[in-house]
Amino acid sequence: MRTTAPVHEWGSDFDVLDAQYVADPFGIWDQLRTTCPIAHTDRRGSTWLPTRYEDVTAIAHDIEHFSSLEVAVIPFEGEEPEEPVLPYGLPPISADPPLHTWTRRLLLPWFSHNRVEGYESMTRGLCDGLIDGFIAEGRADAATDYAQQIPVRVIAHILGVSPDLSDTFTGWVRDVLEFADDHDRRVNGVQGLLQYFIGEVAKRRAQPGDDLLSELLHTEVDGKPMEDSLVLGAAALVLIAGVDTTWSAIGSSLWHLATHAEDRRRMVQDPEVMSLAVEELLRAYSPVTMARIVTSDVEFAGCPMKAGDKILMNFPAANRDPEVFADADEVVLDRAHNRHVAFGSGIHRCAGSNLARMELRIALEEWLRRIPEFHLADGEDVTWAGGQVRGPRLLPVVFP
Amino acid sequence: MKIRVDPDKCQGHARCYGLAPELFEIDDYGTSTVVGDGSVPPDLEDRARLAIANCPEFAIDEV
Repeated sequence: MRTTAPVHEWGSDFDVLDAQYVADPFGIWDQLRTTCPIAHTDRRGSTWLPTRYEDVTAIAHDIEHFSSLEVAVIPFEGEEPEEPVLPYGLPPISADPPLHTWTRRLLLPWFSHNRVEGYESMTRGLCDGLIDGFIAEGRADAATDYAQQIPVRVIAHILGVSPDLSDTFTGWVRDVLEFADDHDRRVNGVQGLLQYFIGEVAKRRAQPGDDLLSELLHTEVDGKPMEDSLVLGAAALVLIAGVDTTWSAIGSSLWHLATHAEDRRRMVQDPEVMSLAVEELLRAYSPVTMARIVTSDVEFAGCPMKAGDKILMNFPAANRDPEVFADADEVVLDRAHNRHVAFGSGIHRCAGSNLARMELRIALEEWLRRIPEFHLADGEDVTWAGGQVRGPRLLPVVFP
Repeated sequence: MKIRVDPDKCQGHARCYGLAPELFEIDDYGTSTVVGDGSVPPDLEDRARLAIANCPEFAIDEV
């Protein structure tokens, strides 16, 4: 069990791994927005935490002062190898233009609106099959038995890797994102992913398929094949970014529906509300926080930011800013004005947003079709993960 | 009513297409453009306003 020193001053000494923050950050953000809208801490290095929509989106658009070369919310504590296997990290997410621009263009068509429609029936069948596995029992863990199982299999399909390894992939991704302050687990996750993709690249080189990994391998840049480290980084990105994030959004949405009977009944009785409700649930329970690095000393909104400082792009808090959203802390399923930035803002808008939306919608449609009435299991704990990605990790529900 | 999408602001969130697929086209990279010259039939004006109000990049305007 990890422990963090207690936080007494959220404005000057915040900690995103604090247990209270992970379980219920909303009140903390509300308080910060009115007293200290860009908080600071020296825990794990000098780090800023904007909480207002205006500030978060302005930083996201200022790529000159705020670089994406370091996007991990929790820094890696340990010695970096002298010659890293992935010198460019996971492009395009960990890149600035020009590398960002062309690597992103390689990935985007795989997640276009049209392509994503093609993954829909596979996703629906997958959700249905998972529900078959537990519906007769009258209870399930909506996080581990359902939400956690969906995105990893869809992503495996797109990458052209075996869905049989889904649990292994999930373990590696959690090591990298959720247990990032645990040195051994992080190394285990990074090495597991890298070695796996090195093997897959060798296989595709001998025998190309029609999957994303094969296409990356056969991409030429300025007349030369794309560097292996870039192929590996982009492939690992698709897996890492496509698993924990969407699973957390599905889990948080099911937690909301398990605890808000009126919203649950409305979504069952009025399927037309689904598309707006998906956006509203993404707004209210945005899972993802990314980081930026300050490139040169700059004063931003009165804050003296130094080169090398980290900024936590608090998209989840921006999405609850009452300056932008009426009744920001309420879920209004048919909210008509909803410029949420759950998928970020600016040039790093989540490349998989169409896919994530589709997965969330199908996961909720299938669950509500077959399990319209459910609630939290009495006396059993719901647990949350936070930091880079927030969502429920244990979500025991019953549907007698 | 007539609308336009600013190609420099659009980042491919595809919210406009989700709300009003009759009024927008999206390419493989997510970039949105208006259908035709951006003229909105009277019965779709409400949805055009919805698209404007939901774009996270403020990329859609009434002209």
